[in-house]
Amino acid sequence: MLTGAIISGLMFGLYFTLVGLGLNLVFGVMRIVNLAHGDFLMLGSFAAYWLFTLFGLHPLLAALAVLVVFVAIGLPIYYGVVPRLLIARDSEMLSIILFFGLSQMIEAIASIAFGTNERSIPGRVLGSGPVSFLGQRLPSAWVFGAAVSAVAVAGVYLYLYRTRLGTLTRAVMVSREEALATGIDVHRISAIAFGIGIALAGIAGVFAPFMLGSVTPAMGADINVAAFAVIVVGTLGNPLGTVIGGIIYGVGLMLMQTYLSSWANLLPNLLLIGVLLIRPEGLFGRAVRRA
Amino acid sequence: MNVTPEARPVNARRRILGDLLLAAAVACVMAVAPSVYSNQLLLFNFVMFLTLSQGLNVIYGFTGYLPFGYVGFFGAGAYGFALAVMHLHAPPLAAMAAGAGAALVLALVLTPLFRLSGAYFAIANLAAAQAVYEVISNPALEDITKGPYGVSLSGVYAPDTSYAVSVAVLTATLFLVVWLRNSRFGLSLRAIKEDPISAAMSGVSVVRGRTIAWLCSALIAGLVGGTFAWQISVFYPETAFSAQFSIFAVVFTLFGGVATLTGPLLGVFILYGIYNTIGITVPQYFQLIYGTLIVALVLFLPNGLVSLLTKRGYRVP
Repeated sequence: MLTGAIISGLMFGLYFTLVGLGLNLVFGVMRIVNLAHGDFLMLGSFAAYWLFTLFGLHPLLAALAVLVVFVAIGLPIYYGVVPRLLIARDSEMLSIILFFGLSQMIEAIASIAFGTNERSIPGRVLGSGPVSFLGQRLPSAWVFGAAVSAVAVAGVYLYLYRTRLGTLTRAVMVSREEALATGIDVHRISAIAFGIGIALAGIAGVFAPFMLGSVTPAMGADINVAAFAVIVVGTLGNPLGTVIGGIIYGVGLMLMQTYLSSWANLLPNLLLIGVLLIRPEGLFGRAVRRA
Repeated sequence: MNVTPEARPVNARRRILGDLLLAAAVACVMAVAPSVYSNQLLLFNFVMFLTLSQGLNVIYGFTGYLPFGYVGFFGAGAYGFALAVMHLHAPPLAAMAAGAGAALVLALVLTPLFRLSGAYFAIANLAAAQAVYEVISNPALEDITKGPYGVSLSGVYAPDTSYAVSVAVLTATLFLVVWLRNSRFGLSLRAIKEDPISAAMSGVSVVRGRTIAWLCSALIAGLVGGTFAWQISVFYPETAFSAQFSIFAVVFTLFGGVATLTGPLLGVFILYGIYNTIGITVPQYFQLIYGTLIVALVLFLPNGLVSLLTKRGYRVP
């Protein structure tokens, strides 16, 4: 039972890495908190649901479509609100309130458009029958979700460390002012990072019906807490530290569900508060600290 | 501004008088309202949100810390009340004290969150409120809290008395805000909000100031939660810990304008008024409206409605 919990925990860990990665990328580059992250994830889930129900589109193709469309949606959202936010005195705090408003708008529009019913996609779409791995039988949908997450994380790594845009993005993460002074088009870099951030949420959303069960327009709030727990446990502002956070979160969640199932819902909250209180400065990294 | 030494005390006295008159007027209106208008539950909801918004104003308006999980204190108050009635057979006023005590204990437990800067404080507070909800609604604690199946307090049901108590809590809260706006202590809180380091260097005790404001704010929410439990008498954990309470209190306060007495009042009367005309039948449309409002406010009017007047040099109570 322990091996089973740890192996499925690792798979969920990879998935939760994907859930938190976009949020962390946006925070790392712009120092703003995208409280609508969970709602973009929800939109990804509904995109996958409708593409499958109407056209029978495979979730993998839906994920590709979501990637393209969400990056395209992200650019105008960035230019519409973020530059105005960044000149404000307390942009971090204001960003929380503003994106909270955006999340309410998205949730409301989704409820009006899709209704508040729970939706799900049958798991057999992602291969039939369980997969055997180290003597454990795992639903193939989980293996699929974990594999896609791993590919997405690797993609972000390659983007940040092997492309010119990625190098510029890392420069903006280190210091916005110095990046601006060296002639980097900070807004263009940030807009692309914002687009990628919400696209990652969207891709995580495509696989949410398989990993998290049925989806509703109101699911965003819970996702946000989970995503925050993941990126705070990893290092805030460092997208690749998210992998550590995701795996700790996933394994912790599976162990709780195996041994203390009625208290499993407490995990993200306690993990988040505990880490924030015990090691805030170590986990926030250097750039966030203020006097 | 040129203010002569003789003119200042008079001005200050007039300001305080203005604040006091507004607070007293609102309290009186809500106190006599049930004899004019028969829907007492609706009036109670107004009193509840008026008090909650001002309670949030105490901590957010004056110190800049936004408690996104403000409902945690409200729920602690409601469940403190319910548990005292169910297990100790306490009379309602003693149960109110138990509810207030529960909220204060939760606030004390959460004081270390002030080590976090603004955004993280808000998120950690949200997580804390959810954690309290998960504990109270847990089926494993059914013997104590009745878990997810909710509590029934029909034995102490007294809508008129509980309404009167809720108006008393509102009145006390309004006068607390008046005091904060006009006292040395309130000024020190706003100095902390502007720049904690400079405030500390000028001899303001940052930790003490924040903690007092935090406990006051939690106490208010706990008392409101107690009156809620008393008035409603049958409720579920997801009602008492509904994120809607935090959201509405934040939106109403922001909409009107923080750190004023008028702002949150305006927010409640206008927005909660709209909510009651259109929101109850089609909540999604109201959600869309307030979501849009928040985005527009942050971008174009970060200091709320009252800033339309204060920017032009008028003083708003």
